[in-house]
Amino acid sequence: MELVLTTHFGNDQYRTIGTYQELGGYVALKKALGMTSDAIIDEVKKASLRGRGGAGFPAGIKWGFLPKNDRPRVLVINADEGEPGTFKDRLIMSRGPHLLIEGIAIAAFALNAHMSYIYIRGEFVKEANILNEAIDEAYAKGFLGKNILGSGFDLDLTVHRGAGAYVCGEETSLINSLEGKRGWPRLKPPFPAVVGAFGLPTIVNNVETLADVPWIITNGGEKFASLGSEKNGGTRLIGVSGWVEKPGVYELPCGTNLKDIIYKHCGGIKNGKALKAVIPGGSSTPVLRPEEIDVAYDIESMAKIGSASGSGGVIVIPEGTCMVRILGVLMNFYAHESCGQCTPCREGTGWFKTIVSRIENGKGKPGDIDLLLDLCDNMMGRTVCPLSEAAGMPVKSFLTKFRDEFEQHIRDQKCPYGNKFQSAHA
Amino acid sequence: MSVAFSEENLKEFNRLLTRYPDREAVILPSLHLVQQQFGNVSNEGIEYVAGLLGLSAARIEGVATFYTMYNRKAVGKYHVQICRNIACSLLGAEHLIDHVSGKLGVKPGQTTADGRFTLAKVECLGACGTAPVMMVNDDYYENLTAAKIDSILDGLK
Ligand SMILES: Cc1cc2nc3c(=O)[nH]c(=O)nc-3n(C[C@H](O)[C@H](O)[C@H](O)COP(=O)(O)O)c2cc1C
Ligand code: SF4
Ligand code: FES
Repeated sequence: MELVLTTHFGNDQYRTIGTYQELGGYVALKKALGMTSDAIIDEVKKASLRGRGGAGFPAGIKWGFLPKNDRPRVLVINADEGEPGTFKDRLIMSRGPHLLIEGIAIAAFALNAHMSYIYIRGEFVKEANILNEAIDEAYAKGFLGKNILGSGFDLDLTVHRGAGAYVCGEETSLINSLEGKRGWPRLKPPFPAVVGAFGLPTIVNNVETLADVPWIITNGGEKFASLGSEKNGGTRLIGVSGWVEKPGVYELPCGTNLKDIIYKHCGGIKNGKALKAVIPGGSSTPVLRPEEIDVAYDIESMAKIGSASGSGGVIVIPEGTCMVRILGVLMNFYAHESCGQCTPCREGTGWFKTIVSRIENGKGKPGDIDLLLDLCDNMMGRTVCPLSEAAGMPVKSFLTKFRDEFEQHIRDQKCPYGNKFQSAHA
Repeated sequence: MSVAFSEENLKEFNRLLTRYPDREAVILPSLHLVQQQFGNVSNEGIEYVAGLLGLSAARIEGVATFYTMYNRKAVGKYHVQICRNIACSLLGAEHLIDHVSGKLGVKPGQTTADGRFTLAKVECLGACGTAPVMMVNDDYYENLTAAKIDSILDGLK
């Protein structure tokens, strides 16, 4: 199987520029510098490279949105990796930082951006240090800075650390945070491609999206497209967590069967338990029941069954787990992370937390399930950013697919699982 | 305590000023430097950054309070932050939090009387494949068990 990203991730030296270059690194950048901007963007379009940050927007098309004028442009790399269940960009940054830097340089050249920033979540101190070392190496070799490889193209790249706010992964909030403001999302339009960071036209892309770019330039967009499924080019880093025998990040072709990911690649459910549920694309994506997971893991196929591959984080939940308790953990999170700017989100996430928690604690009221569902409807599509929907989707899907468990809690006025998660070390 | 950057941090601060088209963008990195040097972001730290950047203290404080990583209050020498989100919970985080709480004799949010440890529950640390996970200051510890946490905490000076 052809790999795009992780081939050399087992090699500790791959993060140094010497080894990276010995293994073919920065050849794609040289090639790109000899291409026109349109030719690069065309190749990325042909690749059917879909954004890996969650929304799955085609990268080549996004790049085409920049207005055709002479204003300076900014490329911002989203390394916030905040969606619970997601832990793939950390792997790229720690094992292959130059893949990302090379992808950034190519993209910036294509976009004619001379300023670029990697916005990395604040907790990733080690990864920020690795990136900074790699960036210094790239400057020293002339892959960043003034007149890159004699092309006349200049690019500065700076690592900007976040400081603990999930909402800052949302691109307009991230831009505010980069500018030194509170991470409040902005109303769109204007879209970042028109008015973004520092008032300038800005493209925001996820780490993995950009790390795919050197391979596309070297091997061609069509080849990349052929690795995946229809409209979903390439491979994806899929992070599998929870109750599987071998959790971790797996690079697999887009469209790999989800059941195979869990049972073949990850060795099935830990301790031989039965599967109860799967959250397939990060905590915001609608939960699936076991009978639903025989599905191609790509954007369209997952949408067809009413869920999403999102940020590529597959969370595996075994039998014996209380679904109300899980939803409680998630609602605690969204209530904590709502920036509070929009009333439906601020109040709605607060109520989610309160009501789910009282159901779990045996104090649920007869109308609570309907109340939660009403709240969901109230929060959809009425806010500045999609965080409120991100909170509403798990609520709606848990209540739809595991309604009996919520009803049982309310009827019996207690948690049938004894108000605890099972212990992993039984 | 009067707050001023070490020579090294002042150098880093001056480097940062050259990396952005706007001084305000240096607020977050400056607060990180303050916290790294002094362990928390006190009012003095905020005023110091405000002075350096020529901005109001209120402007800096508005940022400092928005982001959970900036400790506005002093924390212990070791800030033990255990993830309580979904993957970690599935693999026993709540048992680990109880364990550490018992071991240190403090509840999440509290600091031990000797000022050595502050215990906190935090949201997903982006390392779910190696859950359960905790951070102690800037370092990650993964694939945790109660025994492993004991040896990590006991090994801290
Ligand atoms: C609440 C929220 C959190 C998000 N967090 C992240 C994140 O941590 N990393 C990321 O790449 N995208 C995140 N996104 C998606 C970004 O807004 C944006 O779509 C993405 O960075 C675009 O890059 P891509 O097209 O390459 O995927 C988040 C979106 C929302 C609404
Ligand atoms: S939807 Fe929620 S998180 Fe997003 S801007 Fe509104 S209040 Fe903030
Ligand atoms: S849930 Fe604990 S690190 Fe992600």
